[in-house]
Amino acid sequence: MDNTRHISSSNGPVDPAVAGLMEGEQTFETVSERLASIVLRQDKHKLPWWIMLGIGFVMYNLLGIALTKLLLYGVGIWGIDEPVGWGWAIINFVWWIGIGHAGTLISAFLLLMRQNWRNSINRFAEAMTIFAVLCAGIYPVFHTGRPWCAYWLFPYPNILGMWPGWRSPLLWDVFAVSTYASVSILFWLIGLIPDFATLRDRAENVVVKKTYGVLSLGWRGAAEHWQRYETASLILAGISTPLVLSVHSIISFDFSIGIVPGWHTAISPPYFVAGALYAGFAMVIILAVPLRKWYHLEDYITPKHMDWCAKLMLTSGLVVLYGYMSECFFSYLSGNHIEIRMMELRQFGPYGAAYWFLILCNGVIPQLLWIPKVRFHNGWLFFISVVVSIGMWLERYVIVVVSLTRDFLPSSWGYFAPTIWDILMYAGTIGQFIFLFFMFVRVMPMINIFEMRELVHKTHGHVHSSAEEHSAATPVSLPAQPAE
Amino acid sequence: MSRIYGLVAEFDTAEALLRGAEAAREAGYRRVEAYSPFPVHGMAEVLEHDDPRLPWAVFIMGVIGCATGFGLESWTAVINYPFNIGGKPTFSWPNFIPVAYELTILFSAFTAGLSMLVLNGLPRYHHSIFNTPRFERASSDLFFLCIEARDAKYDPEETAHFLENLGAQLVSEVEK
Repeated sequence: MDNTRHISSSNGPVDPAVAGLMEGEQTFETVSERLASIVLRQDKHKLPWWIMLGIGFVMYNLLGIALTKLLLYGVGIWGIDEPVGWGWAIINFVWWIGIGHAGTLISAFLLLMRQNWRNSINRFAEAMTIFAVLCAGIYPVFHTGRPWCAYWLFPYPNILGMWPGWRSPLLWDVFAVSTYASVSILFWLIGLIPDFATLRDRAENVVVKKTYGVLSLGWRGAAEHWQRYETASLILAGISTPLVLSVHSIISFDFSIGIVPGWHTAISPPYFVAGALYAGFAMVIILAVPLRKWYHLEDYITPKHMDWCAKLMLTSGLVVLYGYMSECFFSYLSGNHIEIRMMELRQFGPYGAAYWFLILCNGVIPQLLWIPKVRFHNGWLFFISVVVSIGMWLERYVIVVVSLTRDFLPSSWGYFAPTIWDILMYAGTIGQFIFLFFMFVRVMPMINIFEMRELVHKTHGHVHSSAEEHSAATPVSLPAQPAE
Repeated sequence: MSRIYGLVAEFDTAEALLRGAEAAREAGYRRVEAYSPFPVHGMAEVLEHDDPRLPWAVFIMGVIGCATGFGLESWTAVINYPFNIGGKPTFSWPNFIPVAYELTILFSAFTAGLSMLVLNGLPRYHHSIFNTPRFERASSDLFFLCIEARDAKYDPEETAHFLENLGAQLVSEVEK
């Protein structure tokens, strides 16, 4: 993390750990005003917001249509059949869950690592996590065919006296994903409480003031409260980090515990987790590039943030690429003719184009991120992130579909092609994501306001306070706190 | 006298608030509370706010979560409805780990979040400190130090004088 030559350094001697994380002259008041006004002043939301909400709304309606048709006719409207029983529903489920993981990583893991730069991006990244998990959750529930019986997945005393099969990774999924969704929402809401208090205190409209007053739960910023708040945040971060790793590992067990050739590999858990972070960082960049432009947030989401997100994306991408290579290497070296044929089929079979396009998207094009100019160019970053998102979708396509088309017996071989309903439902969840995200931007602060005030305190505090307040003896950073 | 909640001093920097809190503790005041727009590090130590209940509650509930998951799985699979699936042993405990693990996290995360609120006495409809002039800026850019009237050393005149000497911009008597 040494590449700071493109960044205008802040004025005054600033701790290098926080240098470049905020630009312009910032005070507690400018930060609070700029970030709160996005929510409180409705004229801040201009044409781009309406266009995105419109696109999201139209596509969200496609989801309604697709689900209605699905409920009336059943999952037979999808392209799934024997032998490919897991089609786009499972691909999209894994894709969406993976996207969510970067949000938790940013909010939890970077908090534990005392990375101050997370403060500017954690709020909308957590929102991204929650909306992505909501999109993901739709697929397995409707893939059961009878979503009204989805509660059967949970252990509850019933008249048959039966319990769920605890040895199945599909059941582990139920627990992992529902825990992940609820813990992510909890973490997000806890983080919002002090910001709701800021909105409550700054709102002029009575209804708005009362609404945020209720949401802030009476937060008054007492030192005793902050102490418990920080302890709770740190504990939540500490348990969310292994949670993220466990969720995607369990999702990889869905595949790797099965004996299907191409799925049954021990490398799956780390390789899936890296892929999830890769897709997630791509989505963070996809969202950050337009947001900072449309809402003039360049002072808070600086080139340094984009640079570091891009570097993390590149790093996780290299782990993913290593996963592809080792998968290929161990298949050809396995001596197992079924494994070898499976790898040949992936690379040179009827779906070979998807495999090589996936390598292009995930392995080749992102290598441009080695060039500093690319990491500081919004257009390139956005383009590469979209490419990575496509690549990660193709990765799941190759894993799910291609492996299932060839079973052990040639008599059960088959092909898979999606139908219009697969495509509509996928578009529908993208619409849901866009719609929910832009609604979020309108009613909740998309950047954590109180953590940005804290950052002002750390970066410019001594610049902005009056001269007599600035004494070298101020014991502000005396006790070592585990949080930042 | 009973109508007064306390004396509140207003500061414009976190450093001044921290020094004020330290001075108030040194002067022997015990019912002192600081209000700031972001967590001021060092404040918890100065005011001796250290609540070990929260981490312990999280730990205990985490253990209970783990026991719930593992206990439920073992009881249902071994005792309540043993079922032979592919000749696997009924007590195949390695397969029980993921669910027990997720329940550990679920229980401890909710305990952390909810006990933070409960121990802080939130949600709360109103609090006397909100009667302080300009307190709406305590969530943006002002820092407040309150010495409560129930403090043994509290004296309307002397305490106000003490707070003014700390360099407060404004000292106000706040009603309940």
